[in-house]
Amino acid sequence: MTFLHTAVETAPSPLAAETPMVAFEAVTKRFGGADDKSQFTALDGIDLSVARGAITGIIGRSGAGKSTLIRLVNGLEKATSGRVVVDGVEVGALSETGLRDLRRQVGMIFQHFNLLSSRTAFENVALPLEIAGLSAKEIRDKVAPLIDLVGLGDKSDRYPAELSGGQKQRIGIARALATSPKLLLSDEATSALDPETTQSILALLKRINAELGLTVLLITHEMEVVKTIASDVAVIDRGKIVEAGRTFDVFTGAKHETTRSLLSAALGTNLPEWIRSNLKPQPSAGDRVLVRLIFFGSTAFQPLTARLVTELGADINILAGTIEEIAGEPYGSLVVAYPADPAVTERAERFYAATGLSTEVLGYVA
Amino acid sequence: MSPDMLFNLLLKALGQTLQMVAVAGLIGALIGLPIGVFLATSGKGELFPAPVTNRIIGAVVNAARSTPFIILVVAIIPFTRFIAGTSIGTYAAIVPLTVATIPFVARLTEAAIREVDKGLIEAARAMGATPLQIVFKVLLAEARPGLTLALTLTLVSLVGYSAMVGAVGGGGLGDLGIRYGYQRFMPDVMLAVVVVLIVLVQAIQSLGDALARRFDKRNRKT
Repeated sequence: MTFLHTAVETAPSPLAAETPMVAFEAVTKRFGGADDKSQFTALDGIDLSVARGAITGIIGRSGAGKSTLIRLVNGLEKATSGRVVVDGVEVGALSETGLRDLRRQVGMIFQHFNLLSSRTAFENVALPLEIAGLSAKEIRDKVAPLIDLVGLGDKSDRYPAELSGGQKQRIGIARALATSPKLLLSDEATSALDPETTQSILALLKRINAELGLTVLLITHEMEVVKTIASDVAVIDRGKIVEAGRTFDVFTGAKHETTRSLLSAALGTNLPEWIRSNLKPQPSAGDRVLVRLIFFGSTAFQPLTARLVTELGADINILAGTIEEIAGEPYGSLVVAYPADPAVTERAERFYAATGLSTEVLGYVA
Repeated sequence: MSPDMLFNLLLKALGQTLQMVAVAGLIGALIGLPIGVFLATSGKGELFPAPVTNRIIGAVVNAARSTPFIILVVAIIPFTRFIAGTSIGTYAAIVPLTVATIPFVARLTEAAIREVDKGLIEAARAMGATPLQIVFKVLLAEARPGLTLALTLTLVSLVGYSAMVGAVGGGGLGDLGIRYGYQRFMPDVMLAVVVVLIVLVQAIQSLGDALARRFDKRNRKT
């Protein structure tokens, strides 16, 4: 039995593939002096795991602690307490040398690209390889395909000042991929770019994730980014993870106030001002009820709105609406108003229950 | 004075000035540059954190910078004698010139290095660069236009300082101007000296500017 026990311990665990690429365990980070007054708690008891091969987004407002969080992964910041484990290695326990080895396996891209202005695109991509001590020939063989991969084969000899924002970020991505990392950290990589360029950079990240099987951990304050490429999301607010899970689940079932407010812009769930200011919490005679209908999963593909009109036997106003794709799944939201007459609302409730349509009563208007 | 004589005097003085500026500039830069890099990278939380040493070196640099050059020249005569074997002549004059150049270059280097975007240091750290790799591959490379201008300024200042070492028999253009132009009332010599100095400074500055422009890839047209 003893033998068996040892064997189990030393053999590579079949669960290795299931262990997360990054795990935060009760991580706290405080900045500032020794006394309580000058201290600032940036991260407070973070527990989070980043799945292997997935694109995970961490979203929060500025100052929420997301920059600090991502910098703990490659040891640019050190946790005050708790553990950060990257691919089975505890980052906080590494020596300077160990940390440098880890960083060569973890690529990072930045909001302001951080390219060296004195180096051409080619030379920028070559930098991490020079740092790793590769020969000039090895570097040439690695850099050219990377620049092709990001679609800038013809810009190899250009300096960053001669490139557009999107092109700079593509070079940043090629540079981050140069040492063939297993994990890519993205620090607000699209925040300095216009919406169109943002989409093209996100598409590139998605392609790299799919083709190279690279795990991506990104931080952003833009729901749009998470919605477009992240399969998993964690919402961070004032140093705490307030919601985490599959992107679609978190988005469609947002419970926390921060998630909701971040979502409202991205999902078009903001009510027009003229409705919001007239909204009443209780109905009076002759009022109309405002209901948000949420379509996703099976309900997204059925002609439910048309059937609702027939079922209610009453007029429906459509006040706001949107149809989106969240992490590759369709999601629709429609704000409708119909008479708050008990007979009508009862028929509506029955219809919602029968179809599995998810709804939310927003209030009443005259 | 015959034009021939004037020409020979000027040539000799120019040679002495160039010698003093070149040697003091070279040695001063070789010593001042590393000190400047250290000053720019040894603050709290920087690449080579050594805040106490940083403050001490900073204070020494400030002290040297605030001493008027002519005072420095006479104050360090024993040191000059120790290094050059004499305290008089062009070679001896190189010693105080170098001593004055080191802190000058150090401060200008520090400023040029601090101009480099902190994001680049972070990016290099994230690539697994050692602090020395960051200095050589990132800081010095990115600061090259600024360093070129700093060295240009150093050389121009040295031309000015070298005029003062006539006080210790250092020779050079400044000395020629004082002894012939001023003390012997020979305005033609003075004028010639001033013209040569103007041309010399202009040449150094133009060369430095051109080099800095070539190194600077930040403002290229897209």
